[in-house]
Amino acid sequence: MTASVLALDWGNYWQQSIFRVLGAAIFVILGAGTFVIAFLFKMMSYMQSRLGPMEAGPHGTLQLVAEVGKWLQKEDLVPDRADAKLFKLAPYIVLASTFLLAVVMPFGPDAYFVNVDTGIFLALGLSSISVLGILVAGWASANKYSLIGGLRAAGQLIAYELPMVLAVVGVVIQAGTLNLQGIVAAQHEGDIFGWGGIGNPFILTQLVGFVVFMVATQAELAQTPFDMPVAESEIVTGYMTEYSGMRFLLFFIGEFATAAVFAALASTLFLGGWAVPFVDLDENAMNVVGPIVLLVKMMIVGTLIFWARFTFPRFREDQLQSFAWKALIPISLVNILATMVLKVAF
Amino acid sequence: MPRPTPKLPLKGLFVGLKATMGIFLKTMFPKRGIKTLLPAPTIGAVTVQYPHKSPPEMPAPRARGVIALKSENCTVCMLCARSCPDWCIYIEGHKTKAPPRRPGGKERTVSALDRFDIDYALCMYCGICVEVCPFEALFWSPEFEYSEPRLADLLHDEARLNEWMETVPEFEPYEAGSTAKVKKVPR
Repeated sequence: MTASVLALDWGNYWQQSIFRVLGAAIFVILGAGTFVIAFLFKMMSYMQSRLGPMEAGPHGTLQLVAEVGKWLQKEDLVPDRADAKLFKLAPYIVLASTFLLAVVMPFGPDAYFVNVDTGIFLALGLSSISVLGILVAGWASANKYSLIGGLRAAGQLIAYELPMVLAVVGVVIQAGTLNLQGIVAAQHEGDIFGWGGIGNPFILTQLVGFVVFMVATQAELAQTPFDMPVAESEIVTGYMTEYSGMRFLLFFIGEFATAAVFAALASTLFLGGWAVPFVDLDENAMNVVGPIVLLVKMMIVGTLIFWARFTFPRFREDQLQSFAWKALIPISLVNILATMVLKVAF
Repeated sequence: MPRPTPKLPLKGLFVGLKATMGIFLKTMFPKRGIKTLLPAPTIGAVTVQYPHKSPPEMPAPRARGVIALKSENCTVCMLCARSCPDWCIYIEGHKTKAPPRRPGGKERTVSALDRFDIDYALCMYCGICVEVCPFEALFWSPEFEYSEPRLADLLHDEARLNEWMETVPEFEPYEAGSTAKVKKVPR
């Protein structure tokens, strides 16, 4: 485990920590902002043959600034019977999981915040922290809709964490490492049944795993076909019902920043991460080009996520559970088995 | 008892994805030929950026935009003010003498309108006043662009309500087979 930040071995523990916090904050805020503007505001509008926000800035690009300003001005309400301390704490737990996820992402050969040997294991573990925040929010709101929403979220995240992990296991078997940089390198230097033209982005050999991973991601993010935790036509907005102003904003940022982080995770695992074919992995320029390449791949994965979100209606709660346990988990188990056999065979 | 889970309609999933992406591309790239690659969503979208541009048909002829008053027809009977659920119509009047209808007749007592205000900050556009008026003094007009920065300015006085009469469209003809005569809007 190295502690290099952007190849700078300068500074003590605190300097590096501040660097990581700032970097993760920039990634989280920029990622969430980009996803909201590009997908929620614009792509969704175009899919409904309308223009979306157009007034603030050219083509409404500054709309988010206006929205954030509005939210910051709103009153910070706490319900009378709510458990005030937990109620106020909950959004920070959700956002913390997103921040920690951003820290483990690799952006280039030396452009990473931490390079953990068991990176993907850590990432999947950190991603399940957010469910604690959601449960706390649902319980502390002292509201039946919030409680139902929180419990639905917990059930859903537990059900879909499993196929996600199992889909990743296929990638890990093929790459032979849990390290995210190692997975990027394995895709760059790999070959498909002996042909190593463009390396081996695992989407080609792990297509089933990719599909399972994306479906599970959709459920983890509570995006629309799986948005029972916030189903606004059934339970108002679930665990977010009682939140207002700044704390609602934190949930909102958390939702879209997690979408951005999961898009980055999916592009790292399946699309080759920051690497570009035919360019040497240790090239110094990749520290600058890598983040841009990763951003482009993130946008492609984000398009898939939000395309599905704006297309499909909501599942029923029992359909959701049976889909995870009866369809996704068996498929990913078979995928693991096939990967194992093929890995040994070739 | 758990309800049976229907089979996942795989074909339908792709039909849906195709539909949304189709509309997305149609909105994003509406131009044809070599210019197809230039994104021009402002042309492709079916919606109109309203305050900047007017839609082709605006407003709908039978829209409930604003209530117009024909003061000459009003007899200060107060039916509209009393039937208003929001109490947003303010009427004041006094009795006065009018010349006799025939020469040598008796002077008539008529009601004169002093004040007729509608507070559109309160009005809920139910149209009961228009329905209830027996003297054809109130009419619906489709005009709706009369928002005000100040709430108090939404109180339209008699003169303003009379101005709206110009915007009242003629009544539409009844359905075929109807024997009733179509009413005329008094101008």
